[in-house]
Amino acid sequence: MTAIDTHPTVRQNPFDPPAELAKYRADEPVRRMRYPDGHVGWLVTSHALARKLLADQRFSARSEFKRAPVSRPGADPFYGAPALPGWLVDMDAPEHTRLRQQLAGKFTARRMREMRPQIERIVEDLLDAMAERGGPLDLVESFALPVPSLMICELLGVPYSERAEFQRNSEILFSLNATAAEASEAMDRLYGFLRGLAASGSTRTADGLLAMLADDGTLDAEEIAGVGVLLLTAGHESTSSSLSLSTLALLAHPEQLALLREDPSITDNAVEELLRYLSVFHFGVPRTPLEDVEFEGHLFRTGESITVSIPAANRDPGWFEDPDRLDFTRKTAGHMAFGFGIHQCLGQNLVRMEMRTALPMLFRRFPTLALAVPPEEVPLATDMSVYGVHRLPVTW
Amino acid sequence: MHLSIEPDACVGSGQCALAVPEIFDQDDEDGTVVLLDEQPPQDLHEAVHEAAGLCPVQAILVAAADDTAR
Repeated sequence: MTAIDTHPTVRQNPFDPPAELAKYRADEPVRRMRYPDGHVGWLVTSHALARKLLADQRFSARSEFKRAPVSRPGADPFYGAPALPGWLVDMDAPEHTRLRQQLAGKFTARRMREMRPQIERIVEDLLDAMAERGGPLDLVESFALPVPSLMICELLGVPYSERAEFQRNSEILFSLNATAAEASEAMDRLYGFLRGLAASGSTRTADGLLAMLADDGTLDAEEIAGVGVLLLTAGHESTSSSLSLSTLALLAHPEQLALLREDPSITDNAVEELLRYLSVFHFGVPRTPLEDVEFEGHLFRTGESITVSIPAANRDPGWFEDPDRLDFTRKTAGHMAFGFGIHQCLGQNLVRMEMRTALPMLFRRFPTLALAVPPEEVPLATDMSVYGVHRLPVTW
Repeated sequence: MHLSIEPDACVGSGQCALAVPEIFDQDDEDGTVVLLDEQPPQDLHEAVHEAAGLCPVQAILVAAADDTAR
């Protein structure tokens, strides 16, 4: 019997997913995979099958059945246990549907477009502060983290004065180095704070999402707090990584940066291409069949864990021509950076607006932006559940 | 081209409304798709086809014009 591989984690360079994924996709796009706890489940790597599987609601997203494909001690308290109140990512229909309906109206494409002036103001202030301070500085701390963090706080109606505390707790929650106890405590602190916000009218912004949900009365206080924690953690870690990695990718691909500078009309497509190329959810999306399911000639048995690899799907030559090339002029439609199916990212249009606004503003303000360290010294967050960089030292 | 939607399937991801705002909008209450024009003009057909393909739950149904009672 041949040994069953675990999920690959070693990258050959900062931008390409581990090389094994491409080999798996070519040879065996649905293959057995060993999980850290010894469980033998499945890894799906092709674009077509990833899309098909994520659209099929026989595959559950419930957290009590989820397994992380890579050992992530900090995440243990949340996998293998029932969904926390409000955590629609860990639920199936109809529980998921009820929550999603309450939230999707607050994240419409129109509303997100209307938030552009707020994003511009936040970005402008951060760029001013960077200019005043002067380089070299860490772009993650000065720019990539605060943009989404301030925006999600604005959207939820969380006072700015509390954001440092949020960032600290969210970082612990997402860190692979945090112990289960530390992650659990961070979660408790976030809940405690948001429970307070959902309950009191004095400390929250009246037109914020938390206030709207509280006034509406469909969700109870515990669910509102849960939604708040979910959106805060999901909204700022992944967007921050996308901003910092995109900057690194633009600096490493000067010909693409030049294209973007010469023709701002390609900005929207450039952002889609960066999302596809970078695929920050590098350990994929977990699903579990709640009944035996025949899928593409394989029998997925009840309870077997499945990992749908987003980076592998986004680099599939069967869907994207010359997929390992960063190309702002390519057709990007159908990339799976935001997932697929009923759980496709709720905040995707906010992320798009943030990236479309922030990246061009950054490079306009600092046309000579450059790394302040040799590229190989940029500390990559290969150990985090969301891929990115720990620090991005830049100067201009 | 004739468009219809399956409102029960829609999860309000907003990809259609972002891609072709002339044809798709979203409900302010639950975010589900609002169809602004069931018979989009010719110059938007390609974009509408693409938007239908982007929909994560395939809630946008595109039929050829001769499938309808026009």
